[in-house]
Amino acid sequence: MADVTLKINGIEVTVPEGTTILEAAEKAGFKIPTLCHDPELSKPGACRICVVEVKGARNLAASCVTPVAPGMEVLTHSEPVINARREILDLLLSNHPEDCLTCDKMGECALADYAYEYGVRRGSYQGDKNVYPIEDNNPFIVRDMNKCILCGKCVRVCDEIVGYSVIDFINRGFKTKVAPAYDVTLAESNCVFCGSCVTVCPTGALTVKDTRGKFRPWEVKRVKTTCPYCGVGCNFDLLVKDDKVVGVAPNPTSEVNGRFMCVKGRFGYKFIHSGDRLTKPLIKKNGELTEASWDEALTLVAEKLGEIKAKYGSDSIGVLASAKCTNEDNYLLSKFARAVLGTNNIDHCARL
Amino acid sequence: MVCACGKEVVDPKKEKLKELLLQYQGQKGALIPVLQGAQEIYGYLPKEVMEEISRTLKIPFSKVYGVATFYAQFHLKPRGRNVIRACLGTACHVRGGAKVFETLKNELGIGDGETTPDLRFTLESVACIGACGLAPVIMVNDDTYGRLTPDKVKEILAKYE
Amino acid sequence: MRKVLICAGTGCISSGSPKVTEKFQEELSKRGITDIEVYNTGCHGFCEQGPIVIIEPDKTFYCRVEVDDVPEIIEKHLLGGQIVEKVLFHEPQVDKKVEKYTDISFYAKQQRLVLHNCGHINPERIEDYVANGGYEALRKVLTSMSPQEVVDEIKKSGLRGRGGGGFPTGLKWQFTKDAKGDKKYVVCNADEGDPGAFMDRSVLEGDPHAVLEGMAICGYAVGADEGYIYVRAEYPLAIRRLQIAIKQAEEKGYLGENIFGSGFNFRIKIKAGAGAFVCGEETALLTSIEGNRGMPRPRPPFPAVKGLWGKPTNINNVETFANVPLIIKNGADWYASMGTEGSKGTKIFALTGKVNNTGLVEVPMGITMRQIIFDIGGGIKGGKKFKAVQIGGPSGGCLPEELLDLPVDYDSLIKAGAMMGSGGLVVMDETTCMVDVAKFFLNFTQKESCGKCVPCREGTKRMLEILEKITEGKGEPEDLEILEKLAYNIKNSSLCGLGQTAPNPVLSTLRYFRHEYESHIYDKKCPAGVCSALLEYKILEDKCVGCGACARVCPVGAISGERKQPHKIDPEKCIKCGSCMEKCKFGAIVKG
Repeated sequence: MADVTLKINGIEVTVPEGTTILEAAEKAGFKIPTLCHDPELSKPGACRICVVEVKGARNLAASCVTPVAPGMEVLTHSEPVINARREILDLLLSNHPEDCLTCDKMGECALADYAYEYGVRRGSYQGDKNVYPIEDNNPFIVRDMNKCILCGKCVRVCDEIVGYSVIDFINRGFKTKVAPAYDVTLAESNCVFCGSCVTVCPTGALTVKDTRGKFRPWEVKRVKTTCPYCGVGCNFDLLVKDDKVVGVAPNPTSEVNGRFMCVKGRFGYKFIHSGDRLTKPLIKKNGELTEASWDEALTLVAEKLGEIKAKYGSDSIGVLASAKCTNEDNYLLSKFARAVLGTNNIDHCARL
Repeated sequence: MVCACGKEVVDPKKEKLKELLLQYQGQKGALIPVLQGAQEIYGYLPKEVMEEISRTLKIPFSKVYGVATFYAQFHLKPRGRNVIRACLGTACHVRGGAKVFETLKNELGIGDGETTPDLRFTLESVACIGACGLAPVIMVNDDTYGRLTPDKVKEILAKYE
Repeated sequence: MRKVLICAGTGCISSGSPKVTEKFQEELSKRGITDIEVYNTGCHGFCEQGPIVIIEPDKTFYCRVEVDDVPEIIEKHLLGGQIVEKVLFHEPQVDKKVEKYTDISFYAKQQRLVLHNCGHINPERIEDYVANGGYEALRKVLTSMSPQEVVDEIKKSGLRGRGGGGFPTGLKWQFTKDAKGDKKYVVCNADEGDPGAFMDRSVLEGDPHAVLEGMAICGYAVGADEGYIYVRAEYPLAIRRLQIAIKQAEEKGYLGENIFGSGFNFRIKIKAGAGAFVCGEETALLTSIEGNRGMPRPRPPFPAVKGLWGKPTNINNVETFANVPLIIKNGADWYASMGTEGSKGTKIFALTGKVNNTGLVEVPMGITMRQIIFDIGGGIKGGKKFKAVQIGGPSGGCLPEELLDLPVDYDSLIKAGAMMGSGGLVVMDETTCMVDVAKFFLNFTQKESCGKCVPCREGTKRMLEILEKITEGKGEPEDLEILEKLAYNIKNSSLCGLGQTAPNPVLSTLRYFRHEYESHIYDKKCPAGVCSALLEYKILEDKCVGCGACARVCPVGAISGERKQPHKIDPEKCIKCGSCMEKCKFGAIVKG
């Protein structure tokens, strides 16, 4: 494809044909705010916060959807542009609870970040606000549609990436809302709680239920890890605070899965610090499980396996492995079954 | 449906819906004409019907619902046998359309978008029905009544059962 | 042979024209008369005077004809050759009855080109259209012109889009023609949603074949073999007539395969809208045909490049397509000889509001607003004073008396802060409050906003709230500035034409009628006496005879007084409905 040369804020930039103004500006080092734009999703050009001034054009252009043209002159931060962005933020905040102090999204909220950057303290319009009940009747996601800015990223991710289309826009105009059919809760819909909508949500409209009030994003250390559940090998970050895993967050650098996960990886991390988790072996003595040392336990198991093998033969024993173990662990177990126990009765459960 | 004698009873509406879906299955852009057709059959869009449409056309239920709630023409609740559309468009507005509308509300005892309990009338305000020369205007079903004054309302309502 | 033409447009049908038609047929057959033909036509544009009956070739124009008038018309006129005075049109300006439609000022000063068939042919009979030269233009392009020659001809004519934006039609066709694609579409935008506009409906009802012919010519020019007409569902008669017209055209071979043996195929389908004003916006319309929520898409890519189902699509409005056969038949030079430098041809307006003759008028571009309202429209109703004319619907603006001599063309209107829009003209007199008008339009656009982009969804709501505040007497001085700032930002940053033009009614009234806003804000008064929160009804003691009629009609019991003594209105209880004032025979109740 041919290259196109244009001027952004007076600086000449050359980019391939078909590049958007937003991408070209990024290349030239100018940061343009976006709310509805996501490079992995289709582009609705809806929020309008990315508008820029294009010389000769009647109106401001949404940079996320406007392709560059030869000789184009773009201003990314001119006065009309700043005014429009401030107006958009003002309008969004005027229909928003503005309870940032207790909002779980604080520190990672695009709306708050831009309000800070553009100096919009609060919504100045004193009219109607949409008031919706906060939805938390499921174990995973809290939906606070009062904070939704209708960017539609959740709708698109559910359709274009996940392929479920659980949610869509309903009604129209000021009464537009994102919801499953018949405006039921996620729990009543066919939602699988993969959490992809939470991942792409730019505001506090969709947050993780478990971790509410537990930490601020700047308080946690992020440790990249591989999901222990199935064999796909997704990567993500464990969020660690005071040496404890307090949550999970997607890591965009993950080669296998990018930012998208399933319900298990996204929400199923609590076993790590679960009180029910066994950390020491237990041996049943006089009908009661009592703590034992590893030596004691391993000796007992070895004895019993030896007895069974001697009495009933190797194939009387079966071994079940877990997909949650590492490949190395499972290899060793398989070796143990075949070489030591002498049986091929080995299986595993991949669907944990 | 099975009746007391144990024989299958054919629901004529369901049959019509089936025919409608068959006619449009596989066609591009079928959703809106199908919803229109279904509403013609049932008078409104019941949930089961929208579910059936979603299944047959293989369009997510959320999208079917999203489309149905976007357009003013679609109704998710049962409607009256007679639908009154009172125009509050510009021309009717400046010629007293609001007063006619108020009178309708009082006569029927219902508000905008509501249906009388006996399902005789549904009342709606509309922005313009394009008969501005006759303002103020109302439509009852497909009949248009123009040059109205509040006192003519009762007489018009009496014509519809 | 004598002909009785009875209008069967939506307006005349609602005024009772079907019964008049029946009566004519019944009475004629009763008398055994067979040499007089009775048939229905489309709209004459003078809907307020309906039902309209025309006797040809006499050119007699009878209006507000009732069933009981029919025997007299037959006996006296058709058999006796005498005019029936009582159903003639009464010309308000000269206070005289007029016999022939060619002499009625409403018609005499129009230039009816696009509407030439409307009201004169039976729209449900293709033979009528063909007898008037119909489908000759299609034959001409298919048998003697190349697609590029057709595009060039349209370009040369200077035709601009009649749907509102005024984009040069020929250029649009060229873009679609030049776009690469194995499949292309032609779409006719018949989603006429502006309150106060009904010209597209009348064309579709009165002369549907003209639109079909225009679309087929376009299809040939741009290389499309399929067309869609997106008609709003509120126009059932237009849809029915189109269905009949398409069927007849297919039977005659004017649509379908191998038209005029040229190898050109073209089929047209109808899509009924489902009630969303925003679908008049071309990308929203395409999204809606595709079966989605009618939310606009960003442009570029323009429909000419990526339109319906991603294919190059040429989309024009009804009136634009109806102009096409005329241009092809009579030549671009003929067409370009009418109108102004930048706006050629004629434009149909729906003239409504407080004007004597309301109806559909077709005038050459460049005519002044004064000529339309006063010469054709017959001036303001009830001898009241003209205040403003709203042009272009919710996207347009209100023009004051000073601009009455403004030539009506695309560019002058934009400069004046209004726009051609689809052609609604709503005349307002001194009893119209301009803040209330602005509020009315904002209420409309706010309700019809699709909700996709922030400035329109949230911004029009806030503008409406501020206007409501002002009309309720709670306006503050800084509100006007806030309105202007908000309006500017909404115009500048909205996604589609709806949002970009939604603030126009507010901006234009602020520009020309700022004093009215100021009266509401500073003096807490509505000068036109419309905004009820700012009104007070009073009984003039010297005029009140104490009949008690007002007290009886008052729905809230706010009026009290002894019999035969002057009554009083309790302002605390009064809901300002105005019923008392209407009821009072003595002019004793005033508002202010």
